[in-house]
Amino acid sequence: MNGLVFLRVVSNLVISAQNLDLTFQTNDGPVHALKDVSLKIGKGEFVSFIGPSGCGKTTFLRCIAGLEQPTGGQISVNGMTPEEARKARAYGYVFQAAGLYPWRTIGGNIKLPLEIMGFSKAEQAARVARVMELVDLSGFEKKFPWQLSGGMQQRASIARALAFDADILLMDEPFGALDEIVRDHLNEQLLALWARTGKTIGFVTHSIPEAVYLSTKIVVMSPRPGRITDVIESTLPKERPLDIRESKEFIEIAHRVRDGLRAGHQDDV
Amino acid sequence: MPIVCATGCGRGIKTMFKRSALPVLTVLGVIIALWYAACVPMNSAWTAQQLARSGATMTVTETVGAAWSQDRPRLPAPHQVAVELWDTVVMKKITSKRSLVYHGWITLSATLLGFAIGTSLGILLAVGIVHSRAMDMSVMPWAIVSQTIPIIAIAPMIIVVLYSIGVQGMIPKAIISAYLSFFPVVVGMAKGLRSPDAMQLDLLRTYYASDAQGFWKLRLPASMPYLFASLKIAVAASLVGAIVGELPTGAVRGLGARLLAGSYYGQTVQIWSALFAAAILAACLVAIIGLIEKVALRRMGMRQ
Ligand SMILES: Nc1ncnc2c1ncn2[C@@H]1O[C@H](COP(=O)(O)OP(=O)(O)OP(=O)(O)O)[C@@H](O)[C@H]1O
Ligand SMILES: [Mg+2]
Repeated sequence: MNGLVFLRVVSNLVISAQNLDLTFQTNDGPVHALKDVSLKIGKGEFVSFIGPSGCGKTTFLRCIAGLEQPTGGQISVNGMTPEEARKARAYGYVFQAAGLYPWRTIGGNIKLPLEIMGFSKAEQAARVARVMELVDLSGFEKKFPWQLSGGMQQRASIARALAFDADILLMDEPFGALDEIVRDHLNEQLLALWARTGKTIGFVTHSIPEAVYLSTKIVVMSPRPGRITDVIESTLPKERPLDIRESKEFIEIAHRVRDGLRAGHQDDV
Repeated sequence: MPIVCATGCGRGIKTMFKRSALPVLTVLGVIIALWYAACVPMNSAWTAQQLARSGATMTVTETVGAAWSQDRPRLPAPHQVAVELWDTVVMKKITSKRSLVYHGWITLSATLLGFAIGTSLGILLAVGIVHSRAMDMSVMPWAIVSQTIPIIAIAPMIIVVLYSIGVQGMIPKAIISAYLSFFPVVVGMAKGLRSPDAMQLDLLRTYYASDAQGFWKLRLPASMPYLFASLKIAVAASLVGAIVGELPTGAVRGLGARLLAGSYYGQTVQIWSALFAAAILAACLVAIIGLIEKVALRRMGMRQ
C-alpha cells in the first residue's frame, strides 16, 4: 500500500530539489541564499513559499526556472535540468512587478511570448482572447498598460504567463502591491483557474491567510542561511469559498504556519 | 465631459502661451535693447574718424543714428540684419547666388546627408557596443577621443585627404557633419538599448528567447525615447559640421561660404544674417525631430 502511494507520487513528480545550495559572491563577501533545500512538488500541486524577507524565496523560484545556477545539490524539472525545461517552454513566470512593455497594448503584451515561440497569427489571436477572458480582461486588448489599474496590469501579466500553456506557473508575490479586496478577488480567480487547468503552481507570498487559502502545500522558510523549516500539507478541500478562512481547520493551519515562521525568527535572534 | 476637456485644454494652452510668451518676449526685448545700445560705442569710432577728417560736428542723436545705419558697421544693428535677411531670403530668387535660401539649401543638403550617415553609424556602433564586450571596450574610448579633437583642426585634413582622392563638394562636408553627429547617437542609443531592467531580460529568458528576439522585441523599442533625445543634439551638431566643412576650402556656396565671404570683405551685415539663418535652420531641424518624436512615441503608446 505504502509502496503504491510512493510510486504514484514519484511518477507525478514535476519539481525535485535535493540538497540545493546557493551562495552569491558579493562585494561584501559570500551570501548564503539557500542551504540544503530539498523539496518535491507533484503534478497539479499549488505550493506556497512563505518566510521573512531575504530567506531565499525568490532565489529558489529562480533556481526552479533556471534563472539562477545553484552552487550545490541537484534540481530537476519534469526529469530535465531547469535549462532544458526552459527550452521546452515549461514555465510561465509572473514577476513581482507586472513588467508590461509600455509600447505594447495589453493584447500585444500577452502576444509577446506567443510571437517568440512562433505561434501562427490565428493561434496567437485565439489564445490572447482566451486568456484575457480567463483573467477577466476582455475588452481591454487595445488599451495600453498606463490606461489600466495596478491590479488589471498584474492580471494582464498573469494572462501573459498563461498564454502559451506552460505546465508550471511560478509566481513571485504577484499580488503584493494590491489592496485586500482586489487581492481576495484575484485569489479566488487564481484558484478557479488552477482547478480548471490543473497546472503546477509555485507561489511566493508574505501573507499567511493567502498561503493557507490557496495552497495544497505550504513551505515555510527562514533566513541566514535561507532554508526550509517546515512543509505543511493542507487538509482543506479543493473547493474553497472565501469564507473557508473562518473555519477551524483553516485557522489551525494558519497557526502552524505562524509557529513555523516564529521558530525561524527565534534562532535568528 | 469632452466639452469640459475641450474648453479646459483651450484655456490650458492659452495660459501656457501667456506664461511662456511673456517671459520670452521680455528677454527678447531686453536683448534687442542691449544690442542697439552696444552698437553705439562699437560703431562710433568710425564716425568720429570721418568727422575728424572732414572737420564737421554731430549732435548725440545724429551720432546714434549714424551708428545704427552704417554700411559696414562693426556690429550691425538688429534692423539692418532683419532687412538683409528679408532681402536675401524673401526678395531674391532662390536660384540667385545672393539668395540665402540657395546657400541654406547647399548647407542643409550636406547636413541631412551627414546626419543620415552619422545616425546610421551611431546606431550600428551602439548595437555593437551593447552586444559585444570587445566592442564596448574598444569603440567607446575612441568615440570619446574623437570628440576631444577640435573639429576646426580636423576638418581641413578630411577635406584635403578626400580631395586628393578626387572627392569634393557635398561629400566631405557630409563626412565632417557625420563626424560630429554620430557621437550623441552612440551614447544615447547605447544607453537606450541597455535601459531594459533585469526583470524584463529575465522574462525573455523564461521564454527561451534568442538574442535577436530580445533585440527586436525589447531593446530596440525601449531605446526609442533615448534615440530621439540624442537625434535632436545630433542634428544641430550636423549643421555645425556642415558649416565648418565649408570654411577651410574657401567654398563659394553655403552658409559657411557666406560667413567666410562676409569676413573677407568686411560685410558684417552679411555675416550676421548668415549666422541668424543658420540658427533658425538649426531650430527648425530640432523642432522637426521633436515633432517626429512626439508622433512616433504617441503611436507607440508611450505618450498620452
Ligand atoms: N543577485 C544577487 N546577488 C547577491 N545576493 C543576492 C542576489 N539575489 C539575492 N541575493 C541575496 O540572497 C538572499 C535571498 O534573497 P531573495 O531575493 O531570494 O529573498 P526573498 O525571500 O525573495 O526576499 P523578499 O521577501 O524580500 O523578496 C538575500 O540575502 C539577498 O540579499
Ligand atoms: Mg523576493
